[in-house]
Amino acid sequence: MENITIKINGVDVSAPAGSTILEAARIAGIDIPTLCFLKDVNEIGACRICVVEVKGARSLVASCVYPINEGMEVFTNTPKVRNSRKKTLQLLLSNHNCSCLSCVRSGNCELQALCKDYGVDDANLYEGEKTPSELDTSAAHMVRDNSKCILCRRCVATCEKVQGIGVIGANERGFKTNIGSSFEMGLGETSCVSCGQCIAVCPVGAIYEKDNTGDVFAAIADPDKHVIVQTAPAVRAALGEEFGLPIGTGVEGKMASALRMLGFDKVFDTDFGADLTIMEEANEFVERIQNGGVLPMITSCSPGWVKYCEHYFPDMTENLSSCKSPQQMFGAIAKSYYAEKMGIDPKNIVSVSVMPCTAKKFEIGRDDEDGAGYPDVDISITTRELARMIRTAGIRFTELPDGKFDEPLGLSTGAGVIFGATGGVMEAALRTAVETLTGEELKSLDFVDVRGVEGIKEASYEINGMTVKVAVASGLANARKLLEKVKSGEVEYHFIEIMGCPGGCVNGGGQPQQHAKVRNFTDLRALRGKVLYQYDENAPFRKSHENPAIKELYATYLEKPGSHRAHELLHTTYVKRSING
Amino acid sequence: MGSKNHGVPFAGTKEQEKQLLEVIHSLKDQQGALMPIMQKAQDIYGYLPIEVQTIISDETGIPLEKIYGVATFYSQFALQPKGQYQISVCLGTACYVKGSGNIYSKISEILGIEDGECTPDGKFSLDSCRCVGACGLAPVLMINDEVFGRLTVDDVKGILEKY
Repeated sequence: MENITIKINGVDVSAPAGSTILEAARIAGIDIPTLCFLKDVNEIGACRICVVEVKGARSLVASCVYPINEGMEVFTNTPKVRNSRKKTLQLLLSNHNCSCLSCVRSGNCELQALCKDYGVDDANLYEGEKTPSELDTSAAHMVRDNSKCILCRRCVATCEKVQGIGVIGANERGFKTNIGSSFEMGLGETSCVSCGQCIAVCPVGAIYEKDNTGDVFAAIADPDKHVIVQTAPAVRAALGEEFGLPIGTGVEGKMASALRMLGFDKVFDTDFGADLTIMEEANEFVERIQNGGVLPMITSCSPGWVKYCEHYFPDMTENLSSCKSPQQMFGAIAKSYYAEKMGIDPKNIVSVSVMPCTAKKFEIGRDDEDGAGYPDVDISITTRELARMIRTAGIRFTELPDGKFDEPLGLSTGAGVIFGATGGVMEAALRTAVETLTGEELKSLDFVDVRGVEGIKEASYEINGMTVKVAVASGLANARKLLEKVKSGEVEYHFIEIMGCPGGCVNGGGQPQQHAKVRNFTDLRALRGKVLYQYDENAPFRKSHENPAIKELYATYLEKPGSHRAHELLHTTYVKRSING
Repeated sequence: MGSKNHGVPFAGTKEQEKQLLEVIHSLKDQQGALMPIMQKAQDIYGYLPIEVQTIISDETGIPLEKIYGVATFYSQFALQPKGQYQISVCLGTACYVKGSGNIYSKISEILGIEDGECTPDGKFSLDSCRCVGACGLAPVLMINDEVFGRLTVDDVKGILEKY
């Protein structure tokens, strides 16, 4: 695209035609502050924090949506601009619950950071009535606190556009305007799928996960409990961000060390559960192909996606793989096989999971997720909550040596670790399914067509003289697009991977929150996803069926994939829900 | 969280639903169809309870929250039906300085309903309005077409008892 030249603060800047002032300023090395702006998602120019002066313009303009044109002269740091931003911040504080000390976002709040930068230190400058609000704690996974809400609508736009759901929106008008659900229902009564993408984009502390760190600390402190922990693949790709490491830093070893220091009795890995999922899922796929089962088969690892399917495509729940998610498979094996092996009464095992996901908090409470007669997983915390625990414990995370996961449930393969990126489950399943179907070793393990951050990907493979067509979608708006085409018969696939969050688990709703000024100019999905593919490349085993611990599990306990015992422990059922209750 | 879906039980008929479905199907493929559908739905039912908004959502694919957001943004849309007797208390300047605010509060207290709401038996609904053109009689309230003027708070009980 052709470049055009404008002047920003008297300096020439060349930027692609069609850029906004905000984007051009970034090229010139200037961050213009934003609050409501979220690139491609919420471009409404409403909050007025990003205002700048444009020569010849009647008033200040919103740089986030104002396109540049040749010869334009922009000023981003004049007294008029600074005063306007300061006034906007003062007015926001006039209707904001400024209990910042104990706020979950303190230190990582976009509003707080701006107030500091602009010297807005008197929260009571315009003291007066505040919009009444109630805490919404009805959902299993999160809390909404409108007293902190600044009405930026980033959550609303994300729910509606990125996820295609729209269970939250702006109600009422003027001073009474508030973000909520229809008829003031609690989020737990709506068709919210618990993905937590609204949490990931909230600039302030108005939306946050339900904190279960206290439950974990209490379990660890109980001498009668054997507390084990599993960590999802995507956690190691982002946890470092909480401790100032660059986005895209893998911290598997430090994470294992930190978990051990926190006092978990065993530090295991969800990647083991992922390998197990592949064994069961590949087997289920081969069976469906050979026995004329329901196709396309769709993955069931992502609880946000599963709940979405139940609400929005209830006629397709038979397409969902009956396999539990890796988190739940891991939990079921921990309380059966592992408990027996170690001679521990499963009722004394506390099974904790660390997930990049908030929907996992919902998933652990679903029906039919208690394979060994006890809940597969007792407590599920997010990556952010783990970071909180590490800070509370005073662990100097960045200085930790690299630790290792414990055996046997900490052994995993490269196929397990790529579960955390969109396309990863498909690739892992193909590695096992192709070798199962052909009986021959694959020449290359890299199924590159299903990699990458695009919302919808498709590929086809010749296996044993049969063309197997697959598709991969991430982000629920993309999932809907794909499934509507499947339903209309426009496209046909054998196997589909769907992840609830765009880019897969690495960009899950439980991952570290990055400010919009980072999100708008960085592809978190790609940077974090790359970490997982590096782990895969360097893994000693890269196929789930070659995981020695998995082999032993089948040889000594489960017999074979799809066995009666495997079904009891590792498979689940779904319900049909509706959109509007 | 208290759902606002309380008050008068929904009494929509099959005939009304048929009319609504016809309206939706004739408009739903047009851009910006939501407002006209909601206006026509209110013509049919008199108000837009959750049952009616749910039909609109199910038929158009528009999230229920979006419809509710529109319904609560524009004052032309009502979430509660009008009562058999519609009470309007004038809160215009003249009535207000003569104490109509207290009269409004008294009615609200006696009937247990707020602005725009209807009593569960469907008898009274309460609204505030701005000037009915009878400032000489301030403070004023109307029940359907009947005007009551030069009121005091003590008059309220007696007036309501007449209905």
